[in-house]
Amino acid sequence: MTTPSPADNTDVPEAQSEALAGLNALAESFGTRVERAFDENTIVVERGKLFELLKSLRDDPRGRFEQLIDLCGIDFSDYQSQASSHPNRFAVVYHLLSISRNDRLRVLAYLPEDHPCVPTVIPIWACADWYEREAFDLFGILFEGHPDLRRLLTDYGFIGFPFRKDFPLSGHVEMRFDEDKGRVVYEPVSIAPRVTVPRVIRQDRNDD
Amino acid sequence: MTEIRNYTMNFGPQHPAAHGVLRLVMEMDGEVVERIDPHIGLLHRATEKLAESKPYNHSIGYMDRLDYVSMMCNEHAYVLAIEKLLGVTPPLRAQYIRVMFSEITRIRNHLLWIAAHGLDIGAMAIFLYAFREREDLCDIYEATSGARLHAAYFRPGGVYRDLPEKMPQYSASRVHNEKQTREKNINREGSVLDFIDSFVSRFPGCVDEYETLLTDNRIWKQRTVDIGIVSGERALQLGFTGPMLRGSGVEWDLRRRQPYEVYPDLDFDIPLGSTGDCYDRYLVRVEEMRQSNRIIRQCVDWLREHPGPVMIEDHKLAPPTRREMKEDMESLIHHFKLFSEGYSTPVGQVYQAVEAPKGEFGVFIVSDGANKPYRLKIRAPGFAHIASLDEMSRGHMLADVVAIIGTQDIVFGEVDR
Repeated sequence: MTTPSPADNTDVPEAQSEALAGLNALAESFGTRVERAFDENTIVVERGKLFELLKSLRDDPRGRFEQLIDLCGIDFSDYQSQASSHPNRFAVVYHLLSISRNDRLRVLAYLPEDHPCVPTVIPIWACADWYEREAFDLFGILFEGHPDLRRLLTDYGFIGFPFRKDFPLSGHVEMRFDEDKGRVVYEPVSIAPRVTVPRVIRQDRNDD
Repeated sequence: MTEIRNYTMNFGPQHPAAHGVLRLVMEMDGEVVERIDPHIGLLHRATEKLAESKPYNHSIGYMDRLDYVSMMCNEHAYVLAIEKLLGVTPPLRAQYIRVMFSEITRIRNHLLWIAAHGLDIGAMAIFLYAFREREDLCDIYEATSGARLHAAYFRPGGVYRDLPEKMPQYSASRVHNEKQTREKNINREGSVLDFIDSFVSRFPGCVDEYETLLTDNRIWKQRTVDIGIVSGERALQLGFTGPMLRGSGVEWDLRRRQPYEVYPDLDFDIPLGSTGDCYDRYLVRVEEMRQSNRIIRQCVDWLREHPGPVMIEDHKLAPPTRREMKEDMESLIHHFKLFSEGYSTPVGQVYQAVEAPKGEFGVFIVSDGANKPYRLKIRAPGFAHIASLDEMSRGHMLADVVAIIGTQDIVFGEVDR
């Protein structure tokens, strides 16, 4: 069974197209536009305009995104595909949900490798607090103006940003309880990284 | 007058009321909580990073272990995201089976929640009642998928197998004689669907029993009414979803508003709270159990009438049958490629959310066209809820913190991921 790739799906139902046009107009005032793929809307914005865009997406009647559903970082350093290009190493992704308009939106901003930093969105959505701490913890993305940017998920005293592509899956240190010392000790990992199933890109499915 | 100092108190990381491994650093003014700093991550297993190194299907098992009391709902979001990426639709029967199991899972989750929450704030008996029914649901899981907890039953393109024709039965042992065994097997004479049917007929009466124990119970009300009030507007700001949001009076249910699978064809109501306190959220969840029961009833009736395939025919995605694999060369190749390499997905980004028992469980997949996700992000409902623990608990007594953790229905498998 072969199906046309849903990424090319451009036809939009009548009711949604009006909302989409409104969003597009909003995006255009920030010098970008809404991209549609897999029945989902994405706005890619430069980071200088990120905060203002997100604020209008919440307050503008064309947006009304009351909820920040998710915030995460992505490290594109190992990205294989030629089909889409990524100008910078890091990206931060916001998933927004509008309860009143019943709509979803993804906002993506690319960040440079040397100083991945975006303004915090806690003033817009209070729940951004922990999501930003998580993105800082795992990717080392900095959120300017965050009141309490501490590590969240990793161990106390952890070094490095584990979800970056150059961080090995098995990590750098392992810990065990040392009977003689009577405490937990950290040592370099004793296991070697191993690939069980190699990563392959098959074009046959992607092309149809 | 003596000077009163604030105390900093440690709670957890091992504490029976913490629902797992949660450490709280609390600043107390006597018995009153001034500030809470939750330390999470003690169960962090980097599921998202692990998934990046494995073919898509290998991570289904990891999804079970995220929110380990609502296993199939997590799988549901994951397989739906993959299907969205691939552009495939599973057969209708598979969709009904998935929805039925999602609702069975919702009841299982709420049963465990009501048991643990009750135990936390002093209602002992409810635990025994809730686990009585939960046992039957575990048996349904086991009969269908082979595992009582971590099912790995949903697959991209359908479900792993059709519902079995026979429900396993107890056999007599030294502990249970013939007569007792016959009584225990009374509902297990027919197929799994018959067993689910008998459960669905019985379950509303069981919910009535729970309500008799709790709803008008004076102690229960003293412990939950007006504790942890969150207004609807604030709940949106804090990223609440699911019963936490509906308890605050915001009508939002993905099954109704952004329906997936066969939910548009099913009839159910969405309960809402009014004040947004622990008691309202309790009422919402109890009513959700009744509504889930209604949905399961409709699914059972449909599934009885409509036999058919439960997996798509595309052998690039779904393995061929064992028999085909042994007899047909092409099927053997498909089988080998599927299990040694998996399948590649189109390039792109998808986000798919389902209404899990705790709220919106979402999966965000970034694909670069490989047989593994380039980046997988899991949006767990509990993460946003536990983040608001500080705000919800301020000004409450220490004992109320336990009630608030309970009402948030926290499971650390999904919070820490």
